[in-house]
Amino acid sequence: MALDEIKIGGLGASRRRVEDNRFIRGKGNYVDDIVLSGMLHMEILRSPVAHARIKSIDVSKAYDIPGVRLVLTGEMMAARNLAWMPTLSYDTQAVLATDKVRFQGQEVAAVIADDPYIAKDACQAIVVEYEQLPVIVNPFQAMESGSEVIRDDKENQPGNKVFDWEIGDKAATDKAFAEADVISKMELHYPRSHPSPMETCGSIADFNRATGKLTVYMTSQAPHIVRAAVAMVAELPEHMIRIVSPDLGGGFGNKVPIYPGYVISILASILTERPVKWIEDKTGNLISTGFGRDVYLQGEMALRKDGKMLGMRMRTISDHGAFYADAQPSKFKIGLMHSTFACYDIPAAHLESVGYYTNKAPGGVAYRCSFRVTEAMFFQERMVHAAANDLGMDQAEFRRMNLVKDDMFPYRTAFGFLTDSGQYGKCLDIGMKAIGYDTYKAEQEEARKRGKLLGIGISTMTEPLGAGNSREYDILGIKMFDSAELRVHMSGKAILRTGAMNQGQGHQTTWAQIVAHELGIPADDVTVEEGDTDTAPFGMGTYASRSTPVAGAAVAMVARKIRAKARKIAAHLLEVSEEDIEWELGRFYVRSNKERGVTIQDCALAAYSNMPDGMEPGLENNAYYDPPNLTWPFAAYFVKVEVDAETGVWDVLKVVAVDDCGVRINPMVVEGQIMGGLTEAYAMASMQYQTYDDEGNCIGSNYMDYLLPTAWETPGFELHEVVTPCPHHPIGAKGVGECATVAGPAAFVNAVVDALGHLGVRNIDMPMMPNRVYEALTTGKDISGMPPVKMGD
Amino acid sequence: MYPSRFGYESPKTVEEAVAILDAHGGEAKVLAGGQSLVPMLKLRFAAPEMLVDINSIEGLRYHRVDADGTIRIGALCRHEDLEEDDAVAKAVPTIAAAAPLVADPIVRTRGTFVGSVCHADPQGDWAAAMTALGGHIVAQGPKGKRDIPMKDFVIGPFQNTLAFNEIAVEAVIPAPKGVRVGNYLKLERRVGDFATASVAVALDMVGDTVANAGIALAGVGGRTINANDAASGLIGKKLTAENISSVAAAVAAAAEPRTDHRGSADYKRQIVKTFVERILTGLANSSQKAA
Ligand SMILES: Cc1cc2nc3c(=O)[nH]c(=O)nc-3n(C[C@H](O)[C@H](O)[C@H](O)COP(=O)(O)OP(=O)(O)OC[C@H]3O[C@@H](n4cnc5c(N)ncnc54)[C@H](O)[C@@H]3O)c2cc1C
Repeated sequence: MALDEIKIGGLGASRRRVEDNRFIRGKGNYVDDIVLSGMLHMEILRSPVAHARIKSIDVSKAYDIPGVRLVLTGEMMAARNLAWMPTLSYDTQAVLATDKVRFQGQEVAAVIADDPYIAKDACQAIVVEYEQLPVIVNPFQAMESGSEVIRDDKENQPGNKVFDWEIGDKAATDKAFAEADVISKMELHYPRSHPSPMETCGSIADFNRATGKLTVYMTSQAPHIVRAAVAMVAELPEHMIRIVSPDLGGGFGNKVPIYPGYVISILASILTERPVKWIEDKTGNLISTGFGRDVYLQGEMALRKDGKMLGMRMRTISDHGAFYADAQPSKFKIGLMHSTFACYDIPAAHLESVGYYTNKAPGGVAYRCSFRVTEAMFFQERMVHAAANDLGMDQAEFRRMNLVKDDMFPYRTAFGFLTDSGQYGKCLDIGMKAIGYDTYKAEQEEARKRGKLLGIGISTMTEPLGAGNSREYDILGIKMFDSAELRVHMSGKAILRTGAMNQGQGHQTTWAQIVAHELGIPADDVTVEEGDTDTAPFGMGTYASRSTPVAGAAVAMVARKIRAKARKIAAHLLEVSEEDIEWELGRFYVRSNKERGVTIQDCALAAYSNMPDGMEPGLENNAYYDPPNLTWPFAAYFVKVEVDAETGVWDVLKVVAVDDCGVRINPMVVEGQIMGGLTEAYAMASMQYQTYDDEGNCIGSNYMDYLLPTAWETPGFELHEVVTPCPHHPIGAKGVGECATVAGPAAFVNAVVDALGHLGVRNIDMPMMPNRVYEALTTGKDISGMPPVKMGD
Repeated sequence: MYPSRFGYESPKTVEEAVAILDAHGGEAKVLAGGQSLVPMLKLRFAAPEMLVDINSIEGLRYHRVDADGTIRIGALCRHEDLEEDDAVAKAVPTIAAAAPLVADPIVRTRGTFVGSVCHADPQGDWAAAMTALGGHIVAQGPKGKRDIPMKDFVIGPFQNTLAFNEIAVEAVIPAPKGVRVGNYLKLERRVGDFATASVAVALDMVGDTVANAGIALAGVGGRTINANDAASGLIGKKLTAENISSVAAAVAAAAEPRTDHRGSADYKRQIVKTFVERILTGLANSSQKAA
């Protein structure tokens, strides 16, 4: 008899997360929990100013402090050709500053000492003389002619421009605009934010001169990429490098790049021949490591009177900080920005993007999103909101009219992506019903009479998740496939390793469920391991919602290889030919006699004890999966708010989320991902942003100034699901980890703007702090384009 | 984050604690709840030679309402003690309203009322409440105790008038002249945030007439803003719409906000005005209901 899939923790089981048991008992194993004998501690001295020439660095007083073992400066790094390192975007980044500091918080020197207190004392004893230079804090200053060139270290660097790029059909788009009845415009800034995982970045480098092997325990979402990069930078052979990512306390894209601290700790270990631990403090994390967003977006939509979208033009100006260190693996300079409007049927589109250097921290990481998709979809839904209003059309009806219909798949977007599946209209309907859309207009009118400002915001989108197919995606030339290796022990228990890297997504739980689904081995019998490059198969790590689309697919594929071998063993055990064997969950049986069968566990034992003649013993295999396309989940979010007209404070009355991420492996984990994403969407909309004053000082260097919402103010979420299986994924799953962060913010902003719509307000930039909302509602003007922080007055 | 090196003493009596402070001549600091001092140590904004932890001193964790209506809050009374106490809620509604708005629930289990007043953060909630209530601090030094009225206690940002060898042992709120009513409103960006602007109002009512009025503000100046002069416009009057709006305007004028990333100076003034109006209108309505 086939097993009950839910009982064994297979596909669709809301199995409790295996990892939570150790996390909630304080038994996780994070980098900072690891203690090696003879270990030294490293602290980094950071620049207090945003732009300056370094006139001198005097480290002599630091050496006077007992317990200080080594002080490293840029000059010493340069002597070993390590003062600069490559970024993931083919730029260079300073490891320790030599000539200049280019953002506040940049690494200037490092102290290695017996304990972190001594290291910190010694950092304070280092005397650095700076000669201040003009500071550039936004791309508009950066593009001014005659402005200070930030990257004068680079040859042939034209001013402060990082890149200039375009995509789409300009002629066709111009034509659409020429034929339009209505042209609607939108202009906004998606502010800089920091992913801010609870655990900061850190590493323990342990170089053993006797064996020649370098082991680095570190906070990386992509340990294999780090190994490849270390091999390049440190010129060590790959087999002599072992990268271990233990438990990660969150990542959100922040732990994809390679940071100076890692590199310095490696050199420090090589020089001291002792393990060197570096654990960044919270301020260091917030001011120096990979940020997200910081893009100015502008565009216009060509429309027919009846509401049909005809064409879309977009321009982006992005702020990349002092080094172009975007963590994005596509061939496209501004990531997947051109996935914008993918859920709408728009015949023509064109995008121009320009990037600039500024005196701000580098990064441009995909903060819980696929490489600029968040900015793309935010702009899309703000633009759609404005266009519906300009046409005098209902928000939901305007979307319904233009969304790609179920029978149009596969659908080629104007920018060339191929969306392959979805039931967009159905999702919209479910959401409208749940939020009470029918009666809302009357309710809003009535509330306005009582001086209350109600608003509803809608955001619908499909996004490309699961980078990616090897034709278009690579990191430093390595294609973006992923991998899984499965070993079934003779008792039928198993260990699975993948090239992904869990950081809260629940891989230990869900990967085992895929194995259970494919093989009928109970999920509890499957151990999952990731993060050790000496044991895990080569993979590209976890970010951009790629784990389930890519590594998850590899898990299914390797399980199928195991099943194919087990089938041969079953035929041998049942003494029939393979063609006469049938499979049901957990068991092979003889087609003509269902009673006669063997379990997968029987086959596992036989693989080690009674294999057919000529068959290799054992039951293990691996699979490398190169996805044919990205996966395209769909989301429809609805937010209802009430704005206090006297203070600008807005309260969320209700949030409805309808998600179609294809087949759900573990519905509870999926819901957790959506709720987490919606929380971050609410955060962006209401409070979470990173900003700088005119001098380039980062406002937001600690959690009193950089605000993350708590359980206290985060609203409740009502979740709904629709399932349209992914046509090319082995189990029909699509990415989901990021849908809510990507599509969520626009729903909140659209709601507040809807509440103020009758006052003529079209846009309020995030975060919609009460003061900004108040300014908009009292002046009737847009709050667009982030002003530098105003001080004084 | 790693503080600088410091010494640590945990005396058993106030006298001992005072003696240690005295011996270090200004280089020692009192450690109460640690919710302001420890973050400053971690960020190395403060680097005292010696920490004098007063948590082992018995008899300082109390708050009570005396028979004559005077309220006394000991140096180790935690924020949460006040939040959870019905007697305080009745006797000083301003404090009851502010208590759940101070910091977050975790901080409130450790942080002390008196420590917060001593800390004199311009955005601190308790210094504003104490100022509106016309309270005073009892300081104990080598020569014994003295009372310091709130108006003379907080003199600038993070500055109080305690001598280096004095400990604030008690905060005192005088008995009301009539029935005490009041409220506290705070605009914060999220729980645990300091005030963008907040308003403490404490009124003593005799019938529907205001016998005594105190208003103070947090977050809208370089120190706690004492708006008691503006509030005194209500004394001897009823809480009519007209009186409310003129006091609200006067209080807003007393604020000294600065434009920063939390909003413009004008916006913060608008919040002060709105909050004063909302509090006073609320008090007027509930006294009407009671009548
Ligand atoms: C996350 C967070 C959020 C917060 N939010 C708020 C908020 O919204 N509103 C608010 O008002 N506060 C807030 N606080 C501060 C909190 O209320 C503190 O508890 C309070 O400011 C200080 O009290 P304490 O007992 O912790 O003092 P400590 O940190 O121990 O001491 C603070 C200072 O006062 C001195 N001191 C303390 N007690 C005495 C005494 N008896 N005699 C003489 N000197 C003394 C110390 O030497 C030190 O200089 C927040 C704190 C945190 C960590």
